Amino acid sequence: MTDTRNMIAETAERLFAAHLDSAVMDAAEAGTWPAALWDEIAANGLDRVLVPAEQDGIGGDWEDAFVILAAAGRHAAPVPLAETIGAGWLLARAGLDVPAGPLSLADDRARVPWARQAVQVLLSADEGCFTVHDIAAMGITPDRNVGRDPRDGITLSEDGTAHAGDVGMIGALVRSCQMAGAIAEVLALCVTYAGERVQFGRPIGKFQAIQQQLAVLAGETAAAEMAARNACRALDRGDDVMFAVASAKIRTGEAAGKAAAISHQVFGAIGFTDEHHLHYLTRRLWSWRAEFGAERVWAERLGRALAAQGADQLWPALTAR
Amino acid sequence: MPPLIFEPCDLPDEAEALRGEVRAFLAEELADYPVSKRAHSWIGFDGEFSRNLGARGWLGMTWPAPWGPGRSALERYVVIEELLAAGAPVAAHWIAERQSGPLLLRFGNDEQRALCLPGIIAGETYFCIGMSEPDSGSDLASIRSKAVRAEVKGEAGWVVTGRKVWSTYAQNSHYMIALLRTGDAGESRHDGTTQFLIDLSLPGLEVRPIRNLLGDEEFNEVTFDEVFVPEAMMIGAEGEGWRQVTAELAFERSGPDRFLSAYALLAELVRFVSALPSDATAGAHDAIGRLYAHLTSLRALSISVATRLDAGEEPALEASVVKDLGVTFEQSIPEIAQQILGIAPRLDGGSDFEASLAYVQQACVSFSLRGGTTEIMRGVIARGLGLR
Ligand SMILES: Cc1cc2nc3c(=O)[nH]c(=O)nc-3n(C[C@H](O)[C@H](O)[C@H](O)COP(=O)(O)OP(=O)(O)OC[C@H]3O[C@@H](n4cnc5c(N)ncnc54)[C@H](O)[C@@H]3O)c2cc1C
Repeated sequence: MTDTRNMIAETAERLFAAHLDSAVMDAAEAGTWPAALWDEIAANGLDRVLVPAEQDGIGGDWEDAFVILAAAGRHAAPVPLAETIGAGWLLARAGLDVPAGPLSLADDRARVPWARQAVQVLLSADEGCFTVHDIAAMGITPDRNVGRDPRDGITLSEDGTAHAGDVGMIGALVRSCQMAGAIAEVLALCVTYAGERVQFGRPIGKFQAIQQQLAVLAGETAAAEMAARNACRALDRGDDVMFAVASAKIRTGEAAGKAAAISHQVFGAIGFTDEHHLHYLTRRLWSWRAEFGAERVWAERLGRALAAQGADQLWPALTAR
Repeated sequence: MPPLIFEPCDLPDEAEALRGEVRAFLAEELADYPVSKRAHSWIGFDGEFSRNLGARGWLGMTWPAPWGPGRSALERYVVIEELLAAGAPVAAHWIAERQSGPLLLRFGNDEQRALCLPGIIAGETYFCIGMSEPDSGSDLASIRSKAVRAEVKGEAGWVVTGRKVWSTYAQNSHYMIALLRTGDAGESRHDGTTQFLIDLSLPGLEVRPIRNLLGDEEFNEVTFDEVFVPEAMMIGAEGEGWRQVTAELAFERSGPDRFLSAYALLAELVRFVSALPSDATAGAHDAIGRLYAHLTSLRALSISVATRLDAGEEPALEASVVKDLGVTFEQSIPEIAQQILGIAPRLDGGSDFEASLAYVQQACVSFSLRGGTTEIMRGVIARGLGLR
């Protein structure tokens, strides 16, 4: 990792660890905006990692963004950081101003992440374009996903001008990065717990059945993180990113399902309680997996592209740089 | 928990530079090689192909002087992934080049190297592995075939008695690297075994093919009836067999052969889906999209491990993770292909898709056995995670 990236990673980790305890999580999930956390994020510029320096951003790349998004995922951070980072990149790339404050992006007007909190919302429009909408010009119907993060319905008084940029693609990418982080945290929690929880006179991690499950989870964790980082690298190279982003959303989504199932099995009843923090992660994994296109949507799209290319282009596509 | 380290890595330019050359060679060499054979992947055996590969300088590429050209492991990576993607018949040299040669370089003596390495690099000397026995599979430390020190006609050496099973292509091989008992297992159970380089033409040695469920003769039973092996053929140190074998297995764990051995079937599946009428594609695009997503991330993980191996590190935990994911992926392909094909593949007159499905469907049950079973691999991963 570069020095800057290391610094960004450490800042993100420190900041989430300091601000997110279960009291803050529970309050956020009940609708209280975690202002202290967001202010600290903004003070450190993490929300503007992909905004060029001339526009008051860090001017980083997607691999830098990955370390922030993964940290946000690890901590199940109940703030629209992923949305703001993604929207910032899209706005800057389209030559638009990136306003200060939380931003949102959505491919579905009935499920706009954090609309109630955002100063601007980017909505996907036809042909890889998006429109920008100020919060003042919207009607908002509050709702939440299973992660209990806001997913609000919005009504718009006007259509807005179209700008080039694929909201669905960027949304899928940031969700993949968050999932990669959350899955890694789920694995770490499981391994620790399996070493501590004693049944039949032994830590449950000594039982083969548990070991085999956690070995599977380790593989899923590795594959998910690699898929998400590959997609970030593809964006940084400026390639045609559909293959990489689709692969990331599919692979992290599948891993998310397994991680949630395995971790809840390993934790037993305590993991099913409100008191235990595992569910902050697993409820978000279920939600993120389905947002900005579930695996099915991306697999269908990717599969169509592969079929259109034909079998003889499969290997060249896999090995293309 | 110890971290799993998988940094995404690009293959270096000098490695990528080889890709076009290898593809052109394979296009010509395998122009008439049918898909039904390509589906055999690294089990396909063709001595002439191996010799031609050796003549191109694509065997033993990483071996240091004076044995080889000392090129990078990532250049070799490109060559072998291209071979596997093409379904080239690489079995004749595969074990020798992947596993036995590197083992002799690491633990062998110069006499053994001089005897074997030039032939391996030329694609002419073949090796098999003698680890498993009738009563020792996963529990390899329990082997009983033994080597006892002896002097025969004034020559110092070892007398070997016992039986090895499942030795792939022993019937065609010149040498076996055998793990034999030379002493007590001790408290750790890992002492008292030693590796030997055994010439398969020695008197007292018998190789008997064991037909597999496909009807093919690939693996063998090898019996040793007081076979005399000269002292110089002991590999490494007496009693160090277990530790050497563990290192040897690491060479074979995370390579592309752990997720590309059903590649021919995957390509035929894509061809089949490409040709489906638009009202008959339900589930088919979804399936190939998912398989592609798995394959890209696996390949990136494997290249990440290869890059660390090339830098002299020993990422054993990560290598086991790649093997486990790779085998799971490979075994899913015939399952999915069968769902999409919908009808039973025929053995003889069917399409290329049917032929490759028929082969892989039957062969793939062995993927999670060879080189250490899934359960054993997951145990290794669990140990790496600190659970045992
Ligand atoms: C196609 C093929 C090629 C092969 N080629 C070679 C070769 O060239 N040379 C060679 O030496 N060997 C070779 N093998 C043998 C291979 O290494 C063994 O099959 C493997 O190590 C498993 O041993 P086993 O078959 O005796 O099964 P067993 O060890 O008897 O295992 C049977 C089942 O029990 C499970 N099991 C066993 N122990 C445990 C445990 N402690 N915890 C949980 N589950 C357990 C296994 O996972 C498996 O599911 C080959 C095998 C195949 C199928």
